[in-house]
Order: sequence, then C-alpha cells, then structure tokens
Amino acid sequence: MTDILIARRSLLLGAAAVTLAAGTSRLALAAADTDRRFVFVLLRGGMDGLAAVAPYGDNDYARLRGSLALAKPGEADGALDLDGFFALHPSLAPIHSWFKEGALLPVHAVATSYRDRSHFDAQDLLENGTKAPHAASDGWLNRTLSLLPGAGERRLGLAVGQQVPLVLRGPVQVASWAPSNIPAAQPGFLDLVREIYKGDKLFSTALANGIAASDGASSALGDDMKTMGKPPANGAPRPAAAVTLATAAGKMLAEANGPRIAVLELGGWDTHAGQGAARGRFAGAATALADSLVALRTSLGPAWQDTVIAVATEFGRTAAVNGTGGTDHGTAGAAFLAGGAVAGGRVAGKWPGLAADKLYQARDLAPTTDLRAVLKGALRDHLRLPTAKLDTAVFKDSSDAPPLAGLIRV
Amino acid sequence: MTSKLATIAAVRFGLGPRPGELAKIGNDPRGWLKQQLRPVTMRIASADGATRLDEYYEARGKGADEVAKMLRGQTREQFRDEAAKRTLAAVTSETPFLERWVQFWSNHFTVSVQRPVVLGLVVPFEDEAIRPYALGKFRDMLLAVARHPAMLLYLDNAASVGPNSRAGIRRERGLNENFARELLELHTLGVNGGYTQNDVRELAKILTGWTIPPRAARMGPLLAAGGEKAAFRFVPNVHEPGDKQLLGATIRESGEREGLEALLFLSQHPATANFIATKLVRHFVADTPPQSSVLAVAKVFRDTDGDLAAVAQALIDLPAAWDPPLSKVKTPNELVISALRGIGATESPDVLRGAAGSLQQLGQFPFTAPSPAGWSDESSSWIGPEAALLRVEWGLAFGTRAARVTEPGVLLANTIAPLASKPTSFQIEHAPSAAEAIALLVASPEFQRR
Repeated sequence: MTDILIARRSLLLGAAAVTLAAGTSRLALAAADTDRRFVFVLLRGGMDGLAAVAPYGDNDYARLRGSLALAKPGEADGALDLDGFFALHPSLAPIHSWFKEGALLPVHAVATSYRDRSHFDAQDLLENGTKAPHAASDGWLNRTLSLLPGAGERRLGLAVGQQVPLVLRGPVQVASWAPSNIPAAQPGFLDLVREIYKGDKLFSTALANGIAASDGASSALGDDMKTMGKPPANGAPRPAAAVTLATAAGKMLAEANGPRIAVLELGGWDTHAGQGAARGRFAGAATALADSLVALRTSLGPAWQDTVIAVATEFGRTAAVNGTGGTDHGTAGAAFLAGGAVAGGRVAGKWPGLAADKLYQARDLAPTTDLRAVLKGALRDHLRLPTAKLDTAVFKDSSDAPPLAGLIRV
Repeated sequence: MTSKLATIAAVRFGLGPRPGELAKIGNDPRGWLKQQLRPVTMRIASADGATRLDEYYEARGKGADEVAKMLRGQTREQFRDEAAKRTLAAVTSETPFLERWVQFWSNHFTVSVQRPVVLGLVVPFEDEAIRPYALGKFRDMLLAVARHPAMLLYLDNAASVGPNSRAGIRRERGLNENFARELLELHTLGVNGGYTQNDVRELAKILTGWTIPPRAARMGPLLAAGGEKAAFRFVPNVHEPGDKQLLGATIRESGEREGLEALLFLSQHPATANFIATKLVRHFVADTPPQSSVLAVAKVFRDTDGDLAAVAQALIDLPAAWDPPLSKVKTPNELVISALRGIGATESPDVLRGAAGSLQQLGQFPFTAPSPAGWSDESSSWIGPEAALLRVEWGLAFGTRAARVTEPGVLLANTIAPLASKPTSFQIEHAPSAAEAIALLVASPEFQRR
C-alpha cells in the first residue's frame, strides 16, 4: 500500500519528474510578466492602532490610555521612537530598524468606510473592497489579479493557509497552501479523483488549484518542507504557525515562476481585556506579527527589493482603556506598508488628536485617511495599475478615495 | 433498496448513516427524524463547570507559573480527550439528528479555547448550557449560556464593572462591551437587527454583575446549605445603577432582574426569530437560504415562543430540505464523523486518536473556532484549493485504514449508493485497490456534500 502514499510535501524537485513520467502536465508555468510582489497581511480581530503606533507626543495620550500607555522611548520597556511624536510598540522591535532604513511606512488614523463595530461585517467590507458588507462575493485582490498580465496562464495569487480568504476569492484562479503531515497522493490517484469531480465545478476547480499550489510549493520549498512547522532540532521553541506560513509565502513569492500576490492572516487582536502595555495579549499578537514580517523578508531574499507588504485590520479600538484593562471595538487605527519598494521612514496620515472633542463619537480615534486610498496608492505605483481601474473595478465606486501618492519608491 | 429520501434524512439531517441505518429509516424518513426529538440525559465532560473553575482557581492560587503550567499540560490534555469523546458520541449516536442539533447550537453560542482560560470549561458548557435545552425554549438556552462561566470568561463579562457601581467608583473599573455586542450581533438579533452602539452600551450596563463567584463564596455557604457549587453569581456591588434603555424599551433598575428581562426581550424580538431561522435554513437547506423557508421557520419560532423542538419539526417539514442534489458541503467535522459512522466505528483508543488527529489535520478541532461567530456554514469557507487536496489525501489515509475493516461495496451500499453518480460508482468499482476505492468514495462529491 505504500506505493500510493508518497509524502507530497516531502518531495523535492522529484515532483516534476513524477508528474512528467505519468504523462500529465501539472506544472503549467508561464514566464513571469512582473517581478513586483504584493503581500497583504490581514490582522483579524481589530488591531489597536494606538498600541501599535503610539502617539506618545500627544498631550492626551497618557491620560486616555491609563494602564495601556507605553513608557516613553528610552525608558524601561519604552516605546521605540519613530519621529519624535509616534513610537512603535516594543514588541515590534524586530522591524524598528526598517523605519530608519526607509522600508517601513506606518499610516495613522486610517479606516475603511465602515462605521459600525461588528468584526464580521467590517472584515467582509475590508475584503470585498466595496462600500457595504456582503455587497460582493469576490475580493479586491482577486480583481487586482485580473488586471495583471499573465494572470490567465498561471496562478499569480496565493493564500497561505488551507482556505482562501474572501479578499482573494473570485473568478481568477488562485492557490492556497499550508504545511501538512498527511501523506500525499500519487498523480495516478489524483487522476481518478479528477474523473469523479468532473460534474462538480466547486470541487474540480479547487482541486486543480490545490494541486498546482502543491507543485509550486514543492519546487520553492524543497528540503524545507520536511521540517516546516516542526520543532527545530536544537531544542529551540517551535516557530509560531504564522511565522512558518510567512516563510513559505516568501519562498514561493521569490521563485521566478512563483505567485506575485499573497495573503497572510493573523489573529489575536481582539483585546477586550488584559491587553497590557509592553506585555500582555497585545504584545503577544504584535510579536507574532513582527516575527512573521521578518520571516517574510528573510525568505524573500533579493525579491524583497521588489516587494510591498500591506498590513491592515478591520477597525481600530476605543481610544481610552476600557473598564477591564483592554479596549473595545472602535473606528480608526494604524496600517503599515513595508518592503524594499516602499518609500518609508515617515508616519503618513493626518493626525486628528486625542482631545475629547476630536474623538469619533467621543470614543474612537477619528478616521482621517481612507484605507482604500492607501491600498490604491500602493497598487497604482507598485503594480502600475491605472487609477481608473482602481476606482471602478478593484475598489468599486471609490473615486471619492483617490490613491495616495508617494508611498512607493519610483 | 434504500430510497434517496432515506439517504437525505441520514446525511443532511443526521450525521451520515451507520451500517443498517438506511434500512432502519426505510420509507419513513420524517418519522425517523421526529422520533429523535426526545430529551436525552447525557454528559461528555468528566466534571462540571463549577469543579473546573475550582481547579483553575486552585492553580491560580499557586502563582502565575502554576496556571501557565496547568493550561499547557493536563488541562489541555483533558480538553483534547473530552473533545475526542464528544466526536465519538456523534460517531456512535443512534439519534444523529439530535446530535447534529446540539452541535448546531453549540456553534451558534461559540466558546473557543482560543482564549486558553476556558480550556477546562468548553465541554462542560455544551453539557450544561446547550444539551439540556436543545429541545426546550430558546430563551432558556440563552439564559443558561449567559450564566455559564465558559461564556462569562470567553466574552469577558465576568470582568465588566458598572462605572458608577460601588466597585466601579472605588476601584476605577468599568464596562467591557464584548459580551453585550456579540449577544446582540451573534446570539439574538443579528447584525442587521436594528440595534445601535448605544444599545450595546446599555446592554453591557444591564449585564454588569453577571459574573463567576470568587472561590471562597462558591465553596462556603452554598455547600454548607447542601446546595450545589455555583458557577454563576450576581454581584450587586458591581452592577451599574439606574434605569437602562434597550431598543426603545425602558428596563427599570432592578439588579439581576434587568438581565433576565433583557434576555427575555431579546429572545422574543422578531429580528431574533428571523436571524435564527436564517441560520437554521442555511444549515439544513442551502448556503443561500430560500426566503420562503426562512419565513416558515421564523413563524414557527415566533408562534411557539422559541420552542426548539417545534422549530426542528418545521425544518423537517420544509419541502426544500428534501430536494436533491445536495447543495451543502460537509465541514471537516461532518466529513470525519460521517466517514467513521460509515464504517461502523465504535469506541476504541485507535478510533479516538484517529478522529482527533483527522479533525486537527483538516482544521476543525472542536471548540477551537477562530472567533465568537463560530465555524462557517458556507462551502466557500471550506473548499479552498489546499483544503480540497487535503480532503483527498485524508481520504486516502482513511481508506488505507478502513480497508482493514470493511469493503468498498459494503460501504457504498451503507452510505451514498442511492445518490452516487455513474462515474463515481464506476471509479469505485474499478479502483486499483480496496483502499483507493474507499478513498474515492469518501472523496466523491456525493460523500463530501450533504
């Protein structure tokens, strides 16, 4: 029976040889039409922007934040200064040097057009790229893919994880990949499955994309597939799942024939209680984010120079600490652009202030920048997409949020 | 010769047929389902929620390191054991519709070990707040959920304090909106149910004081009086004073009664009937619920004051629920349970380990939902590219094991024979080995759907 159980994910380049020997063509790779990479990191749960990028220079910051206020830069457990007014959360230390280097661009007081406070509607709107939750069943990144040259010939979109999040779903075929310890099926068996999936579009399409992603992963990850997600031999702790996925995504994106757009999701941001300042639930989530971004950069290698990573969340949180050492659902927050192609080293966005009369509905950081403008600016100047398409096709009916200029090195 | 309707009863309402089940259903599929709507006393967890709270407090009393160690070690193991037992109960159940019904409500009122503090409490939660009320009134389940320590801790209400209460003024503590918002959005009215941010705040105030008792209070007087250990307590010191406004209604200051009144009000709100009916029809009929079915179920919900047994009957009576082809896709949880039922698996360490491992690999280990919204009930959330391939690979691993205890032809006859397409039957019959035949069967769209 062992002959039908080949560890697909342990295969090296042999996967291609097996495929060709079986006379099928599972690897359909077209030459890369673009070397530019775009990664969307979706923080689910509502990241507290005032914790991630602390406005320590604001007169109301310490008072409002109470037990959540970070110590000033230079003090013990202090925030990491950016520009004398804003500072990064200490758990984001691994990417602090990116700011000085110009590869990190925080944007503050940013929000989608959503103004209620449901996670699930807010995430849906953020992902579907329209002005209403559930107004589209495909996502803005899938619509972006449809505008890229070469999208018809090979799968340029990749979700790391078993499933494809809404932001990447749609008519353009995309891949998803995650490490697994289930032995792989031989191509011959997969052919039989294809036969019985012929009458079922949902299953036949998903399987074809899964096989393609798996082949792509085999060639990009090689030997690393054997150890991915397992504890390191030297006794160091097992890397967080997100870090493993980020590493895999970076390697696949780095491939000459690999995907060009990838999505990574991170949770743990819904910090209603026990959020903490330098330590606590927020610090844990921020550490996983920083480690994932570093893993992405490392595994991208030289392709980092051609990469823009956009980090965004569905909404910010209440400006003031709540009754239980946390924050409740709010409105504006922070987003990040990172990567070798980013024109960083400054904090973008118009700061609305934290004074009582400046808060949105007397409780949240007020939104001054539309997240779509940030994303559209990145897509226009990095992927060279025309504004007209961004206004109508990618972010539907969004001419009221024109692309922000100057986010990308040109 | 079994009928298509018997198969639909077994896979769409039940959890997939066990050997002999299709014959037992025979030509009375609706009758087979309705006779399952009788309360059964059953408990999965080895201890109740109150005891688990004690264990948690005991570890906490020893210091932060002890809590961390407990959460990492024995509690996690105990949780995994109990979650596997819960899966096995579904695999072996002779009332699989009732079991699916319990799992539906458990998912509706999700508590998840993504917050490690509830590790020891989630299985007792299903035992105590869901199962006993599954055929009773919705409002009673809602109340049991709202008072259970698993929910009070998972959505933070246990720590919420009225800012103008005695404790709030003295300790400078205040509200936590988490539970109030999800209670409105996810448990009762639905996100379009017509509430505002102000209603969220008011409900949070109403529910201040609904918390878990400190250890001493729970153990002392109650036990002395011969009562059970309590896992819920209303603490007046923490309760926000004054009248509250909820969706246009005034809730007069009355301490714990305010919460009871609010929950009753929400359970009887028309938006709740509509929201619950929509979710149920999505679960039993189609990802995009037909409006006529939703209206029919919502009407029964309203007319019976949320009688869940009557609502279950209404679902069975929906013509749309009996229309092949089956449009729903099984979740990983449903896939694993139905495959094990198909081969007639019974309790053994191997089966328990196998079921737990499969659920972990396919990404749906019980009580680990990523958010309070619970697991998705739509195929687009489950059939991603990697997931589709993984299901095939899992099928092959399952087939390799199952070939030792059953034959493909028998499994086919016992499960999806009346629904199987010609290509599926042909490929199963001509597969190169029994293992691959079984793998093709469980990977087939007819088996993956319900």
